[in-house]
Amino acid sequence: MAFFTTKGRTFEVSVVISNKPGVREPEGETILHDLVAKSGFEQVESIRAGKYLRVKVVAPDPASAKKLVEKMCNELRIFNPAAHSCEVSIGRVPGQ
Amino acid sequence: MRVAVIRFPGSNCDLDMMAALKTIKGIEPDLVWHEDAALGRGGYGAVILPGGFAFADRLRAGAIAANSPAMAGVKRLADRGVPVLGVCNGFQILVESGLLPGALLRNSTLKFVCKWTHVRVENTRTPFTSGLSEGQVLSMPIAHGEGRFFLPHAELAELEKNGQVAFRYCDSSGRTTPGSNPTGTLHNIAGVCNKAGNVVGLMPHPERAAEALLSPLGHPDGALVLSSLLVRSGGRRRA
Repeated sequence: MAFFTTKGRTFEVSVVISNKPGVREPEGETILHDLVAKSGFEQVESIRAGKYLRVKVVAPDPASAKKLVEKMCNELRIFNPAAHSCEVSIGRVPGQ
Repeated sequence: MRVAVIRFPGSNCDLDMMAALKTIKGIEPDLVWHEDAALGRGGYGAVILPGGFAFADRLRAGAIAANSPAMAGVKRLADRGVPVLGVCNGFQILVESGLLPGALLRNSTLKFVCKWTHVRVENTRTPFTSGLSEGQVLSMPIAHGEGRFFLPHAELAELEKNGQVAFRYCDSSGRTTPGSNPTGTLHNIAGVCNKAGNVVGLMPHPERAAEALLSPLGHPDGALVLSSLLVRSGGRRRA
């Protein structure tokens, strides 16, 4: 009897956690006011710091990889929904 | 009353909390490792999550500890109405586990703030404020980098309406001024409770203010918070 499994490929998924609009983000403010604006980059209007996770995940396709990471972020509260937004996006796709 | 003090890897106020609880007649504290099943079969009358840096604050203060085995047990006990107190990092863990609303964000100054503060008691229907009076001003120290309580506007209004703010930073006469807010926390909030009132989180450390000798004012105010556990609302002492 034929037995066939597909483990899939390894995809890189990016997770960016940042304070929601309207929630003060003092680290970005400090980078802007005490470094960037004082160093001749007056065109820079706003900086928001956050947290970045680069996740490698085995999945059959990019959409499934993204869905799995979204599920992980929600179930494990990788972000705090009261204050943070969480953006999940597909990074490097193998073979492309 | 037997009280479980949960120790996580990175807790550092657990032994201070044990020592403070041992000074209160009628409380028998047990130190419980966060992976230990003792919580479920311990017959505990209350649970305390002490301060520290559980899991080195990786990901976000309290976020990893919130998923530890002990927290599943703490949630079960909290649902049954058992009193639960989180101090500092313990408060962060309660917020990250969803037992308390909101988030504790980086202080607006970006600094770790370590100082004595005054807090005003806002509600006396919790098991950790039942021995206090509304408007009473306590002196307790804070020591944290992430203590700026945040909730979106509508939810904050709801929290206030429900009387879920337990403590507010204030000056020595009890006024909540911008100058007495050490971290940029919304509405000078230093501690909140859940809707039922049995789960309380606060940023100041009662265990560091539990003996007169420890306080610059000579007031063992922290002991009043911890010994409230033995007082039923209405002022009667618990059996």
